[in-house]
Amino acid sequence: MAKVKYTEEHEWISVDNGVGTVGITDYAQEQLGDVVFVEVPEVGRTIARGEAVAVVESVKAASDIYAPVSGEVVEANGTLADAPGNVNLEPMGNGWFFKVRLSNPGELDGLMDEARYEAFVKSLG
Amino acid sequence: MGETTASASLKRTPLHGLHVALGGKIVPFAGYEMPVQFPAGILNEHLHTRRAAGLFDVSHMGQIRLTAKPGRNAAAALERLVPGDITGLKPGQMRYTQFTNAQGGILDDLMVTSTGDHLLLVVNAACKEADLAHIREHLSQDLEIEPMFARGLMALQGPAAADVLGQHAARVRGMAFMTGSFVMIDDAECYVTRSGYTGCDGYEISTPADACERIAKLLLADERVKPVGLGARDSLRLEAGLCLYGHDIDTTTTPVEAGLVWSIGKERRTKGGFPGDHIIIRQIADGPPRRRVGLRPEGRTIAREGTDIATPDGAVIGKVTSGGFGPSLNGPLAMGYVDRNHAATGTKLALMVRGKPVPAEVVPMPFVKHTYWRG
Repeated sequence: MAKVKYTEEHEWISVDNGVGTVGITDYAQEQLGDVVFVEVPEVGRTIARGEAVAVVESVKAASDIYAPVSGEVVEANGTLADAPGNVNLEPMGNGWFFKVRLSNPGELDGLMDEARYEAFVKSLG
Repeated sequence: MGETTASASLKRTPLHGLHVALGGKIVPFAGYEMPVQFPAGILNEHLHTRRAAGLFDVSHMGQIRLTAKPGRNAAAALERLVPGDITGLKPGQMRYTQFTNAQGGILDDLMVTSTGDHLLLVVNAACKEADLAHIREHLSQDLEIEPMFARGLMALQGPAAADVLGQHAARVRGMAFMTGSFVMIDDAECYVTRSGYTGCDGYEISTPADACERIAKLLLADERVKPVGLGARDSLRLEAGLCLYGHDIDTTTTPVEAGLVWSIGKERRTKGGFPGDHIIIRQIADGPPRRRVGLRPEGRTIAREGTDIATPDGAVIGKVTSGGFGPSLNGPLAMGYVDRNHAATGTKLALMVRGKPVPAEVVPMPFVKHTYWRG
């Protein structure tokens, strides 16, 4: 059973067998508005927690996506090139950005679980 | 992802309550609380306008009425501040022009319509107080100057606009692009022009403040009409190749650099008589040092305002002044200023996005064909 964790930058990571799938939350896509382009990281790239690794462009603005954990990118969501709107439609499903093999699973402990993330979003008003 | 909170010091238009009721996402803009989008979202609002009709609240813009004092000529007076041909405006005709400064830069751009008895100006929201002071400073001897900042102003834009508005005021169907007329809509005296900021056919409707919401609701009752916020207003005007004041034009850009020579009266291009005329006339003759151009980036990367424009070998020759995603183009587009030697259509350039060059080409504007109704 995969566990889902959240960052204060409104990314989610769902970890299964040491590989985390990363995307943005429903709150994030709502704030961004219509997503028209996503720049995903190259497979094989080593990323550090907190590093800007992807860019999501909406009709309003460009936003950086930060790596929620350190590791190596093992897959990028190529379908977003033709269907960036999936980020709006299914932010936690087909709208995922990339998969990362965690080099330090302990970093997950610093992220929020669903209940804490929901409280965090509520606190933003 | 920063969230902006509308503050109590911001002004509201007569349609504020309606925006909130329609689920508009309200943001501060030019001192007003304005809807950036409605629940349909910017993409849908944009595409709906091009397909049917969109209703925009532009009441934040400044409406100013000029009337000649006895023995004076209002058009001749206004020409001392703008390069447009105003004296040639027949009653009911409308023209686009700019307030220029002594350096030939642009203080604001505006629409001028002659009613015969008056000149009606529509100026940018962020500039309206400064424009008013500027006109008062220079033209008070000749003109009665009346700000009408409390009036409502709506834009109804899109291919269905003529039929929608025509059901409430039949005469608007026959009005040609860039003309204006007094029209009764739902028993309110409005001033309607066939104009807009989207590249589509459509109207701008100036209403008494207390009739604005009523008329907006009347128009929205037609299923072809959807409310549209500032977000889609920006993407529509960008596709139409139209300048946004404070971004594509400002006090440091001349009308010649901005590609607006078409808006300068033919006689005025030689005779002058407006602030900065020597510089503007010389630039028309010799060519400006830089030009505003349209740019199409390859792929889907968006080059936004402030992006450096470079030659393929990396020399920076300009900056993007407006850039985004064009929903009707289904791709990115931008405009910006480049050195005159790199301004020709077809020139291959690079846009420096996040440190990487994105290949782009100089293209003619508008990006999306205008569909004005010229009668």
